[in-house]
Amino acid sequence: MAETSQRAADLLQARGLTRIFSDRASLFGKKRELAAVSEVDLDVARGRVTGVVGESGCGKSTLARLVLRLLEASSGSIHFDGIDLAGVPAPALRTLRRRMQMVFQDPYSSIDPRYSVRAALLEPLLVQGVQPGTAAQDARVASLMAMVGLNPTLAASYPHQLSGGQKQRVGIARALAMQPDFLVLDEPTASLDVSIQAQIIGLLEQLQQDLGLTYLFISHDLGLVRYFCNRIVVMYLGRVVEILPDARAAPRHPYTRSLMDSTFEPDPTRRRVVTLLHGEIPDAFDLPPGCAYAARCPQASARCRSDRPVLTPDGAHSLACHHPLS
Amino acid sequence: MALLDVRELSVGIGALQPLDRISFALDKGSILGLVGESGSGKSLTAMALMGLLPLIGGRVSGGSVRFDGTELVGLPEQHYRPLRGHRMALITQNPMTSLDPMLRVGAQIDQVGELHLSLSAAAAKARSIDLLTQLRIPDAATVHQQYPHQMSGGMKQRVVIAMALAGEPELIIADEPTTALDVTIQAQIIQILVDLVRQRGLALVLITHDMGVVAQACDQVVVLYAGRVAESNTVDAIFARPTHPYTQALIACIPRTGQAPGSLKGISGMVPSVGSYAAGCRYHPRCGQVQPICQGEVPALREHAGQRVACHFAQLEGAHG
Amino acid sequence: MTALRKTALWRVVNTWRGGLALAVLLLVALAAVFAPWVAPYPYDIQNLSATNKDPSMAHWLGTDEFGRDVLSRIIFGARTSLAVALTAISVSVTLGMCLGAAAGYFGGLFDRVLTAVVDLTWSFPEVLIALIFVAILGPGLYSTMVAISIAYLAQFARLTRAQIMAIKNETYVEAAANLGSGHFHILLRHLLPNAITPVIVAGMLATGDAIILEATLGFFGLGVQPPKPSWGAMMSSGTAQIFLAPWTILGPGFAIAIAVVSINLFGDALIEALDIRNRVRDV
Repeated sequence: MAETSQRAADLLQARGLTRIFSDRASLFGKKRELAAVSEVDLDVARGRVTGVVGESGCGKSTLARLVLRLLEASSGSIHFDGIDLAGVPAPALRTLRRRMQMVFQDPYSSIDPRYSVRAALLEPLLVQGVQPGTAAQDARVASLMAMVGLNPTLAASYPHQLSGGQKQRVGIARALAMQPDFLVLDEPTASLDVSIQAQIIGLLEQLQQDLGLTYLFISHDLGLVRYFCNRIVVMYLGRVVEILPDARAAPRHPYTRSLMDSTFEPDPTRRRVVTLLHGEIPDAFDLPPGCAYAARCPQASARCRSDRPVLTPDGAHSLACHHPLS
Repeated sequence: MALLDVRELSVGIGALQPLDRISFALDKGSILGLVGESGSGKSLTAMALMGLLPLIGGRVSGGSVRFDGTELVGLPEQHYRPLRGHRMALITQNPMTSLDPMLRVGAQIDQVGELHLSLSAAAAKARSIDLLTQLRIPDAATVHQQYPHQMSGGMKQRVVIAMALAGEPELIIADEPTTALDVTIQAQIIQILVDLVRQRGLALVLITHDMGVVAQACDQVVVLYAGRVAESNTVDAIFARPTHPYTQALIACIPRTGQAPGSLKGISGMVPSVGSYAAGCRYHPRCGQVQPICQGEVPALREHAGQRVACHFAQLEGAHG
Repeated sequence: MTALRKTALWRVVNTWRGGLALAVLLLVALAAVFAPWVAPYPYDIQNLSATNKDPSMAHWLGTDEFGRDVLSRIIFGARTSLAVALTAISVSVTLGMCLGAAAGYFGGLFDRVLTAVVDLTWSFPEVLIALIFVAILGPGLYSTMVAISIAYLAQFARLTRAQIMAIKNETYVEAAANLGSGHFHILLRHLLPNAITPVIVAGMLATGDAIILEATLGFFGLGVQPPKPSWGAMMSSGTAQIFLAPWTILGPGFAIAIAVVSINLFGDALIEALDIRNRVRDV
């Protein structure tokens, strides 16, 4: 009973999601495998913002694409609103895409340079086989642009004539064109100036409230994630190491702690003491056994190096660590 | 006497004036944060200080830059060269492009010692390895023999810092040294830079767009907007009592711990590009407190007790009128 | 894209090189199209009493060994050269783009097979390939077109493939997939339009080569058959009376040179105006 009501409360549920890329080290070398995402369980609550945070190589971008089936998972399952995505045939998947969309990181290349704003916003309708007449098209473009705060005179503009912030608004408008329930936001503000970033985050907040959207927000900026997200998933080298139930929760995984310590506050009275870590991020192809963070963790023990900790729930807070911080 | 004294520095590129009368001063053992968004002119300032403007078709069109008493503007190249890389060092933004992919990293650091300190090859190599170790690169001797493509971004940036340090500089200009790096690595490198300044009495100009980094590392802050100084003050004062509307808005753009949802405010409008700067105060199109005078008249940079603001309406602390 | 093309074309026409080249090309094209009205004589009227005459008021470039007017034959010859070259290259570009796009986009076995075939073809000079196909198909207008088409196929396939591979990982392609676009939609509406420009310009330059190739085949009697005039064949038969009536060789020779040089100059100017020099290099 609790299980079903949990399922109803979650718009997206992923279990054991894994994606492996293989590569050859040299022409005749051994085939090597990189697990970009390893056995990730993810729950995205309906109508809320779930954040995924981590540094390069943690697999968050791959996870974003797996969740939307833009990339096929090597193993694991994804349920979107109760529907098992793996079993959905191509035509049905296309229709399902109306409900789940992505906003991409780089506004400079996420719009075809040859498409005007109007063409870019109408493309989703075209692809989905929805072909309203010209008047309806104009109305749709106008309403989408108004929704994201774009001046309607920009409809005939091309990407190279727009600023980064404007381009990103177009990207958001495009994602909203088919009235989705679920948006995956892959570092939507990473390439924007700080003042524009704040504008876009404000817009996203507004849209979430007005349209009742569910967000999966991917970022490397922990400060931003803590501001914007309800639940925070912390990833390191393809695995989830901690899930914080809300932004105020204190981190208990040493990696989350170091991420927090590395995120500087805009407040000189709250300067942090940065403990200089030893060790480097290991080569993702050559992961050691045991906990992937052990090489850099100040409290790693022999057990950590041999025995990989499993993500264990502790109420709403989940943790994968043998020696959690108190 | 300040180690670096910049007065009314203006830079022109072609017909444009991207930098307009920038002034700031820096002493030994202190860190100055030069903050701004894109188009603010911060990288241009770095290039101007190092005398590298001709590389991008620019020139100093006014003002003075004094380094340890020596005037750098108009200094002939043959006098500039011994300073560059030796007493003044530049750390650029993208370590991927600062390092020659065809040479081993160690050789690239050695070059600095051999050139500026006249060290022998063996002495330069020993010094390079020592520097890499100080920068907390594990197994420095092996890393010394590696090529750039074999290293991670964080390692490469530390190599670039080692190259900057190899000449025994008194002044380091670091242009967004950590922007391309992971957050945990960034924190490490900022800490390393701060330690270097404190331990060796260096002077550091830290160019960044990240107010968090500024709050963490800097003693003084100069806020640039569209090629002009908007405000400058000590780091404590500028965060506690930001006076220029842009500074206030910029600080408000960054989420703080515990900030209520929906309270993050951006700055409306767009960051202007060179060539489309507004008349009068260049910030006025985006300013929440704009008045008619702001469009017509360029606000003067007023100074009082270490604080400088360029706004018609800002109240300087303790000043009257 | 149309906006871009318009301004680029204008920039090209505005330069000495580009404008002059385009003017000459238009002249040649118009002469070819309106040959029956432009040429002073039909190309096949023989006048055996006035063979190998020097240029005169009646015959501006003299007559050939059958008394036919050289100038008229050159003008009608332009028809052959342009028709063959343009048709062959158009077919080649279209087919090459399809193959190259499929190879670049889908990759896998098809790509490897195509690349192998392309590389193999690449190692043969176009003349040889054309000769082989004419030998198989027999001489004539259509076999010349086919032969030239096939000779240049590798170039366009390879260029298109490289272009497609360069942009298929762009975010906007991923964004289109995210909207639910199928492969066809992505290729047709995103990849090909962005890849097409360098291929078109390469096609233009190849047209110049194709004219020379057609003339080469004609020189060996393998192209268009008499009495239809072709610049190459004219030069071939002109060799016999090179000292007697040099204009029978020089005329068509200059015609080829003018046409090809104009094409190359125009193509070059277009490349500069569109700023795609690094994409149109010999792949």
